[in-house]
Formats: sequence, C-alpha cells, structure tokens
Amino acid sequence: MIGALTPGFAEPVGGAQSCFRQVLDAMARPGRVYTVGAVAAPAPLSDAAAAVVLTLMDHETPLWLDPEAEAARGWIAFHTGAPITGDPAKSMFALALTHYAMTIWHRLPFGTDEAPQTSATVILHVASLTTGRAFVLEGPGLRSPATLTVDGLPGDFAAVWQRNHALYPCGIDLILCAGNQLAALPRSVAVREG
Amino acid sequence: MKGYNFAYLDEQTKRMIRRALLKAVAIPGHQVPFGSREMPLPYGWGTGGIQVTASILGADDVLKVIDQGADDTTNAVSIRRFFARTAGVRTTTATAEATVIQTRHRIPEKTLREDQIIVYQVPQPEPLWRLEPSRVETTRMHGLADYGLMHVKLYEDIARYGQISIAYDYPVMVNERYLMSPSPIPAFDNPKMDMMPALQLFGAGREKRIYAIPPWTRVRSLDFDDHPFRAINAAHPCGLCGATDAFLDEVVTDDRGGRLFVCSDTDHCAERRAAGHVGADGLREAAE
Amino acid sequence: MAYVAVKGGEQAIDAAHAWLAEERRGDTSSPALSVAQIQDQLGRSVDRVMAEGSLYDRQLAALAIKQAQGDLIEAAFLLRAYRTTLPRFAHSKPVDTASMTIERRISAIFKDLPGGQVLGPTYDYTHRLLDFGLLEDEALATGAVAAETDTAAMPRVPDILGQEGLLEPDTVCDHEPGDLTRDPLSFPAGRDVRLQALARGDEGFVLGMGYSTQRGYGSSHPFAGEIRMGEVSVEIEPAELGFAIDICDLVLTECQMVTRFKGSKTVPPQFTRGYGLVFGFGERKAMAMALVDRAMRAAELGEDVTAPAQDVEFVLYHSDNIEATGFVEHLKLPHYVDFQSELQNVRRMRAEVAE
Repeated sequence: MIGALTPGFAEPVGGAQSCFRQVLDAMARPGRVYTVGAVAAPAPLSDAAAAVVLTLMDHETPLWLDPEAEAARGWIAFHTGAPITGDPAKSMFALALTHYAMTIWHRLPFGTDEAPQTSATVILHVASLTTGRAFVLEGPGLRSPATLTVDGLPGDFAAVWQRNHALYPCGIDLILCAGNQLAALPRSVAVREG
Repeated sequence: MKGYNFAYLDEQTKRMIRRALLKAVAIPGHQVPFGSREMPLPYGWGTGGIQVTASILGADDVLKVIDQGADDTTNAVSIRRFFARTAGVRTTTATAEATVIQTRHRIPEKTLREDQIIVYQVPQPEPLWRLEPSRVETTRMHGLADYGLMHVKLYEDIARYGQISIAYDYPVMVNERYLMSPSPIPAFDNPKMDMMPALQLFGAGREKRIYAIPPWTRVRSLDFDDHPFRAINAAHPCGLCGATDAFLDEVVTDDRGGRLFVCSDTDHCAERRAAGHVGADGLREAAE
Repeated sequence: MAYVAVKGGEQAIDAAHAWLAEERRGDTSSPALSVAQIQDQLGRSVDRVMAEGSLYDRQLAALAIKQAQGDLIEAAFLLRAYRTTLPRFAHSKPVDTASMTIERRISAIFKDLPGGQVLGPTYDYTHRLLDFGLLEDEALATGAVAAETDTAAMPRVPDILGQEGLLEPDTVCDHEPGDLTRDPLSFPAGRDVRLQALARGDEGFVLGMGYSTQRGYGSSHPFAGEIRMGEVSVEIEPAELGFAIDICDLVLTECQMVTRFKGSKTVPPQFTRGYGLVFGFGERKAMAMALVDRAMRAAELGEDVTAPAQDVEFVLYHSDNIEATGFVEHLKLPHYVDFQSELQNVRRMRAEVAE
C-alpha cells in the first residue's frame, strides 16, 4: 500500500547525484568503500542498496528481485517504476539479499563481444565491508593491488569471480552493499583470496 | 534556471547517461552507445561532454571548462556560462581548484588528482573511422579486438614517411584491450592519459557514444619497437613564461614570418608568470 | 610588438548576440513580422520545420522561424532542443490515414478511382512566373475554393491494389516501434526506425537520395500509387479509461510508391511498397522518402545492395540535418591545437627528408 511506503531521497535530484558519484567512484576504484547519505530504506533493503536502486533504476531497467526481498517490491515499483522480472536473463539489474541468490548468477546476461555493456549489474547484500575475509584486487582503477575485506560472500567467490573476469570484456559488474556502505567490483578487476 | 531541471537534463535522461557511464568505467576504452539528447548547443560544440558533465555535476562541484587549453576561448566561455546558468555551480579557471574539468582538445599541463574528473568532448569516438567508415564493421572489429587495419596504416606511414604521421587524435590502446580515440588532443598530451590519477570520461553527442578510462589504467599510444611513439611540440620555450615542457600555440605576429610561441594552457602560463617565470618575449616587452 | 592574449570572449559573445537581435529585426520603419503571420502565410516553411524538428506545433515552429530569421534548419534545431525537454504523457495509437479528411489526393496509376482525384492547393500547374501583384497587398479572389469532397469514399489506392494480391501486404510490426530520440541507432535497423529517420531527415538530403534511385543508383521502377494530404485525428487510450479519446488533429502528407518486384524463390512477381509520411504539406519530402524507403528494403527483398540509397547505414547516419550542420559547422571552432600539432609534424617530416 502506497500510504505505508517510506519516502525516497529527501532531495531527489541532489540525493541521486551524490549517490551516483559514489557509485561512479566505487566502480572506478574497485574495492574502495564508500558511505551513502541517509535514506529511509524499506525492509529488508540496506540503506546503500536502496540508494543505488533510487539512483539507477527506472521504467527502462528490468530488475530481478530476490524473492526474499519481496517486501520491498512495492517501494521499488512506486519510487522507480522498474519492471520486476522473474527471469534473470531479461534483467539489467539483479538485487540479491544473500549470496544464496548467487545461484541465478549464471542465468544473468553477460553481454556480447560487440555489446559487452548489455551485461547485468548485481547489487548484493553482504554482512560487512570492513570485517571478514580479505580479497586482493588488481586491475584498472588500482595503482597497486588493493585489499577488500568482506563478510558474507560465498566460500567459492574467488572462483566464481575468476570465471566472470575471464569473460572480459563481457561479464557482470557487482555492487556490494552492507548497511550504508558500498563497494564495487567491475568485471575488469581480478580477485584472489588474500 | 526557471523552467529547467538542475543542470538542464531531466532526471530520466541523467539516469540513462549514468548507467552508460558505469558500464563505460567497467569496460575501459569501450564505446557504450547511449540515447544522446538534442541539446541547446549544436552538435560539434561539445554536446557529448555537456551531457556527461550535466549527469555527474553536483551543487558542490567546481567546474572548469577549456577549449584548446584556454579558459577564455568563446566556446569554453559559452559552456561555462551554460552550467553556471542551469546548475548554478561555482566555476573556476584554476586547474587545481576544479573538481570537474570539461575539455576540448587538451589535457591541462598540471597533473590531475584522484579527486578530479576530466570530461572530454569527442567529435568522433571511432578510432578506425578513417580506415573503415561502416560502424557495423568497426563494432565487429572491436568485438574481435581485430586492429590489424590500424597497424597496417601505421606501418605504411613508416614505410612512406619514415615515421608515424599522426599528430593529434593519436590512437591509444586502453588496458591492452580496446583501441580508443583520445579525442583530438595533440599527441603531446597522450602520455598524460597513462596511469592518470583522475577519472577520464568521454562524451560524443552526435555519434551517441560514451567511454571512460578509470584512474590508474594503462593507456598505450600505438607504436612499434623500432619506431617508438614520440610526442610532438614546438622546439621553443614559451615566450611569456619560459616553460619548456608545455604544449605551445604558435601566434603569427606580423606578415614577415614573425612568430610567438606561447603556452596553450592559459592557466598554467598565468600561474607560472605569477610565480615570477618570464620568457624571452616577456623580457623583451618589459625592456621596451 | 606586444602579444595580447585572446581575452574578452564573454564580451564578444554578448556583442554578437546584440548585433544578431538587431539584424533579425531589420529596418524598424517596416512593421515587425508577427508569429501569427508566419504561421498563416509561410505555411510550407512551418510544415518543413515541424517535420525536421519532429514536433507538431505550428505556433512554436513559426516562432522558431522568426527567431532564426527564416533559416529553416536553425529553426528546426530550436524546435528539437525544446522538444527534448518535454515530458511524455502518453503514446498515441497509430493514426489512420485511410480516414483522413482529404484536402488533396492524387494517384498516378489509375485514371479514376473511388473518391476521384482531388487536386487541392497545389503548385503543380502554376506557371512559375513571378506574381508582381504580390508586391502589393492583394485581396484574395473569393469563391475559388472547391467545396469539401466526400471523405467517406476515399480508400487508399494501395488498399485497392492489395485486394487483387498484386501488391505485397503491409508488413505487420510485432513490436513497439523504436524511437531514435530515446535510443541510439543500432544495426540492423528495422523499417520502423528507418522511417522515423527519414521523416525527421533533411528534405534536401532525402530528395537527393530519392532522385539518385531514379537515375540508376539502385534499380527501381516507382509509380506514385497515391499521394494524400489532409487532417487525421490523433487518439490516445489511457489505461484507466480503457477506450480511446481524440486529442488533436494533424495535417499529414502520405505517399505510397508502388514498385515492380521481379519476385524471388518464395514470392511471385508483384508490386512492393515504398512509404512516406511527413508532418504538414510536405509532398516533395513524402515522395522522396517513399523512394528511399523502398531502396533501403533492397537487402530484405533479396536485391543487390550497390547504391548509396540502398545502404541503410549510409542513409541513416547522414540524413539528419541537425547532426550534419553541427558537425560541418563545428569546423569553424578553434582547432589551433590540432593544427599546431600538424604544423610541427609536417616541419619535422620535411626536415628529416632534407637530411
């Protein structure tokens, strides 16, 4: 019900712009952790994921939504108009609450040699971007190898990512969200366990 | 500005451009097609750069706009005014003060920082266009990383002239995958793109393409082992500030062959002169 | 000598704009042209600006013509730049040109047909003699305008031809038509997008391309099956209403060219279509558009693609006059950095040759 929905950005134009710049910076500097401004995220979305949804999605962006996040469906539809699809292959974004949703990973669009930009962007909730397992990142955006510490990725993440990275220039781009923090892993970056 | 959204573009258009920018950053050097809009400035005047700038600009940004390295060329003035009017952002001519720099045909001499973004206006994003006019064909070549045509062209240059004859818009290889047009900057500026600390964004409005180079990314000017890339510049110091490492404009001073060579980067030259550097022509002028 | 850095770009721009405004107004001893006068008396200019500006608004088109001193490409550009800022409220249903309120309708392939030939307000049979009477205000001869013809019996000529199966059926579009103003061109480009590009395209470019097909650059044997011009109504169907409502009327010109097709393995010899549709009274454009549309169908019909007008990529990338004029004219912007690089390069190459 619309009446029960929490609001979007308090200041839609400025809110979207500042969140976008953080996502842009995050994508340009893989693994660096950014903090988004306050947003009244609907359960069960994190503030960071909610802000990314408001910033990037609209009626032109089919979204695969984790069934666990069903409660946020009305909020997403109302604020963005993004069509929610049950078919990962038709999505431009996928929003996953837990890494269990990574089972749909292989069904997402990876782009084509001539149009690698048509691959999906995955927004994945993790438990923490400050504690947990360490990964070493290398690639464009990084002057020297950098370390990203994440709690809540699947045990075989480095291998899953290696397969994704091997598809370059095709491949999925990943935005990790924990609370009000986010970090990004573009397909161009190589990841190994630290 | 009354009747228009912040920075002119509507939010829907900005989102579309922002999504294209993120993909462009994730695939350095790859041209991402985007739904370029008709802008109130003509195609060729920087509509691609303007759309990119409008999509990233926030109220806290400080914008610098240059054309041919100068802040006061008419088109730079016009674009700076456009954003001052539609976004109300602070503008500057000082490279160090800017958070966003929109440029046509130059990279500032001062090394850019991690907290800066440079936006290039691009007339022709396709580096292979002189060799293959069909975009269906060039898209296929990029897909296959088939850049044989370009290598043949460069090789023929060497066979004919003894060197590579490209002076500006000198093609680069980004992250060892995509051949990319650096926009019509002089080849002199190419080395600045390699491992630049700032994020580099490129907008081609008429051709409807966006591309990007993340910070700290390898950008290699195409060359051969026995014919390495050489930056081109006039063999003079700047007549006004004496700089020997800046790209120079040649100014015709009379009809008897008189020439003056001055920094193309006006902010760089002004800053050097303010710091007490004086070139030969500045000294001559002072003596007169 | 003293080198003066090029300063004062801002003042120069302001001065240029002031001068331009003065030029635009011209001699103030003659009365200023009103937008209404342009709208009413320069109708063909208004039509062209609406077509190439992709916005049907006679008053704004007239305003743009006034503001651009009659430069029609500049006027179309003004209209386009305004158009991009407009919100989209609804998508209309396809207009039905068969139920057009006809002002003009001619067929070059049948001597007579249901509804007859309606000449309408055409220059076709005027003798191109300057009418010096127009130097003075002249009263309009009254009583010359024909009574409105019966619109009920005005079937489209291709539909008549289609009944016999001699004309290929209209292709059915099974998807929402593309929109070049939202999504960039991609290839292969569907006929929907090709037609949109031609409808927005420069009249001169489309005319030249169409002309080339008549001179052997791409074989075609076109007949003007029908040209019709008149008013059609535009309908939208709001989801909450569930039925269509009429929101406005537009004047359109439609041309259907009929071209012989020698047939293929699967299709017997028949006639194929080339289609043209433009805002306003734009007969020249609609006809040329129909020729180029047919030419661009060469590949789909299994014909050899040899001529410029058959090359979809060539036509679509070069038909838009706002893009073309921008890029041609941008050469007047400063390029002295590039030129300087070229100068140094040529000097270096000459020096090395001399060694």
